Amino acid sequence: MKIDWKSYHPGNFFDELISAPGKPRPAARALCRYLASLSPEELDLRKASVIDAIKTMGISFTVYSDAGNIDREWPFDIIPRIITASEWSVTSRGLEQRLRALNCFINDVYNEGKILKDKVVPRELITESVNFRKECKGIKPLHGVWAHVCGTDLIRGGDGLFYVLEDNLRVPSGVSYMLENRTVTKRVFPELFENYDIHPITEYPGQLFDTLADISPVPKDYPEVVVLTPGIYNSAYFEHSFLAQRMGAELVQGSDLVVENDHVFMKTINGLSPVDVIYRRIDDLFLDPAVFNPESTLGVKGLMKAWLKGNVGLANAPGAGVADDKVIYTYVPAIIKYYLDEDPIIPNVPSYICSDKTQMQHVLANLDKLVVKPANESGGYGMLMGPQASKKEREAFARKIRANPRNYMAQPLISLSTAPILGDRNAEPRHIDLRPFILQGSKTYITAGGLTRVAMVKGSYVVNSSQGGGSKDTWIVED
Amino acid sequence: MLSSVAERVYWLGRYMERVENSARLMDVYSSMLFDMPRGSRFGWDILLDITGLRESYEEKNNTLTETAVIRFLLADANNSSSIYSSLKMLRENARTTREVIPSEAWEQINELYLLAKDSIASGIGRKSRRELFMEIISDCQRLGGLLSGCMSHNTAYTFIQLGRMLERADMTTRIVDVGSISLLPAFAKYRKQVGEPFENVVWMNILRSLSGYQAYRQNVANRINGEGVVRFMLQDDEFPRAVTYCLDAINYNLEHLPNHDDVQMAVVRVKRITSEANVFHLLEKGLLEFIDELQISIGDIHEELSRTWFGPVVKAPAPPEVSIVVEKAIAKSEQLEAPARKKAPAKKAATEKAPARKRKA
Repeated sequence: MKIDWKSYHPGNFFDELISAPGKPRPAARALCRYLASLSPEELDLRKASVIDAIKTMGISFTVYSDAGNIDREWPFDIIPRIITASEWSVTSRGLEQRLRALNCFINDVYNEGKILKDKVVPRELITESVNFRKECKGIKPLHGVWAHVCGTDLIRGGDGLFYVLEDNLRVPSGVSYMLENRTVTKRVFPELFENYDIHPITEYPGQLFDTLADISPVPKDYPEVVVLTPGIYNSAYFEHSFLAQRMGAELVQGSDLVVENDHVFMKTINGLSPVDVIYRRIDDLFLDPAVFNPESTLGVKGLMKAWLKGNVGLANAPGAGVADDKVIYTYVPAIIKYYLDEDPIIPNVPSYICSDKTQMQHVLANLDKLVVKPANESGGYGMLMGPQASKKEREAFARKIRANPRNYMAQPLISLSTAPILGDRNAEPRHIDLRPFILQGSKTYITAGGLTRVAMVKGSYVVNSSQGGGSKDTWIVED
Repeated sequence: MLSSVAERVYWLGRYMERVENSARLMDVYSSMLFDMPRGSRFGWDILLDITGLRESYEEKNNTLTETAVIRFLLADANNSSSIYSSLKMLRENARTTREVIPSEAWEQINELYLLAKDSIASGIGRKSRRELFMEIISDCQRLGGLLSGCMSHNTAYTFIQLGRMLERADMTTRIVDVGSISLLPAFAKYRKQVGEPFENVVWMNILRSLSGYQAYRQNVANRINGEGVVRFMLQDDEFPRAVTYCLDAINYNLEHLPNHDDVQMAVVRVKRITSEANVFHLLEKGLLEFIDELQISIGDIHEELSRTWFGPVVKAPAPPEVSIVVEKAIAKSEQLEAPARKKAPAKKAATEKAPARKRKA
């Protein structure tokens, strides 16, 4: 059977490509017509060639399981998601605005603390945050930037508008998959690129290198930039290796680096060689056993001191995570207003913070309608999906909230938009989100689109790759 | 180049060669046993001695049947020296150095590993064992060709070559060991039963297993005998699997690396042992002991090489300020007092060679 768009029902959700059965949105018309023209055999062939391309290109991620760490091929759906350039230009201005404000906020929190004195953000939210690093107080990184690489999760609600779901300011991942998805699509559907003007995304590694070069303590055209990975068993190891390769940077582990006289060096066969900038892909607490977790074998002893003395650039800066706390998230609109005196271009999802008594009461009374998230977990762990949870689970969660209100916030269940995936023989709607990547150094760069993650299971909202999510190529096209 | 990357590509080279030569070794041993009269007491366990694995075998097995021994050496995932495990390590070292090896080489290694995963068990029985060995050998040869033809002959390549040549030299001595087994007095009674002297059949198999039959015939002699073959395998400087050739290749590659003097000294020592060997006398008496000595001195090259390039580095380039020089001097003196060298990090995908062999009395 060929794809029949008339039998495609997005239901009550906003669908990215199809506005109603048989009615593709204007930007998606050529794509849908083309897909419907393919014979079932042809579709199967393309699907097989995707699997083949992903295998040979070795795109994989690592899954932890009882049977050991296994390298899995990246789950990918071949129907691209389309966003118009006019919509994207507004969205990307919103993303830039948000990251600029967040960097002002982090810099302020570790220095004068004006926003706390003015009581726009309660001081105890900062001092009690597990991502606040008192060691960073009084530090002013170059350009006032703490979060150089940010992955902002956007969702589109039933009203068709983008909302920010969360900011990832520590070590956001996924950008390599965004790039590889495009490569796969080009291999599998080269014809499509004739009918569309698709904004290219290939410049990301170069932009990332420039952003990192911007924070070299000594200005150089080609500073020694290294990517610091926890190693091959990390789920994002593929990405670390990918980015290092594309940037022409060394991929190092903590054991490759050594700090002498508060300068960082890497061990090479010629002896020690100086390092200017570290793009670190390990968490704050593992960075330096002398300052943080003394058990850490992933980090480098003395690294923090080298950074504090300004002898090495670190991206993202330690302590940047203080602003991607899910409770701080609820203050971001106020933060934007405070530092930039602008209204937020992309709204937050409405949220309740449990540290506020009245709001906590509301959350506890409406647990069956809300999604409750812990302040500092990532990867979708530790959440309560109220509408799907059992009574017992909700009661257990209520106890957790009462015990530690500061650690929780809640949001109504947003009906994530859908996009068609190619099922066994026909197109079927699945929920998706979008993670664009924003770089900030001396200037700002935003990816054209981002990584679209797909909940591959029918009806599911869970898009995390660690929990069975897949992904799609994302096109920004001229309208 | 990062020391850790150098170490990983070096082990990539070693495992690649170990896989190929283990296949060659088991192949020659299989065909030697097939030539023996039925009812011979000589069993598969001698393979365990040659590979130095008898002890770890006996920890887990109590029979010495052909199937059990071959399974252990070929397909046992719990034996870190089995062909299967070596392939896994080969792939692991390639996976972690993808940024320095050509992608075709990575794909070839990946395919070889997938082949092994699917069909390595087929080599346990006699029926398709030889076919499997030939497949593994030719896949490794293809990989060698890919590296030589598609990879820049840069520092990473140099370390791969060092690993390959060192491992090859070591494995060639182990294959020569198979021949020396045939010299044991216990074999004497079979010598009469086989048409031509039994050991000559063995030596011919050895040449074949190392793809050296033709080269030997062309360059050494038409008649195949122990003395000629051992001399050829140890001292020939043109045949690429001969120990002397491998040592020369190591020396040549060392020239491209910084601070290579100590390693070269270790190579010179092995070369002296090899070239001064009086093969005629050794065959009369003491070949087994000689090969042990040779293997230990080859191991010394590895030690020297690790110490020079892979170990913790303490030399820092000239510091920028005077005050820091003082600070550094203090730091240095503290360092010297530190009792032990830093332990090697656990993350290394590479493992050491099986421990020195124990031999049956």
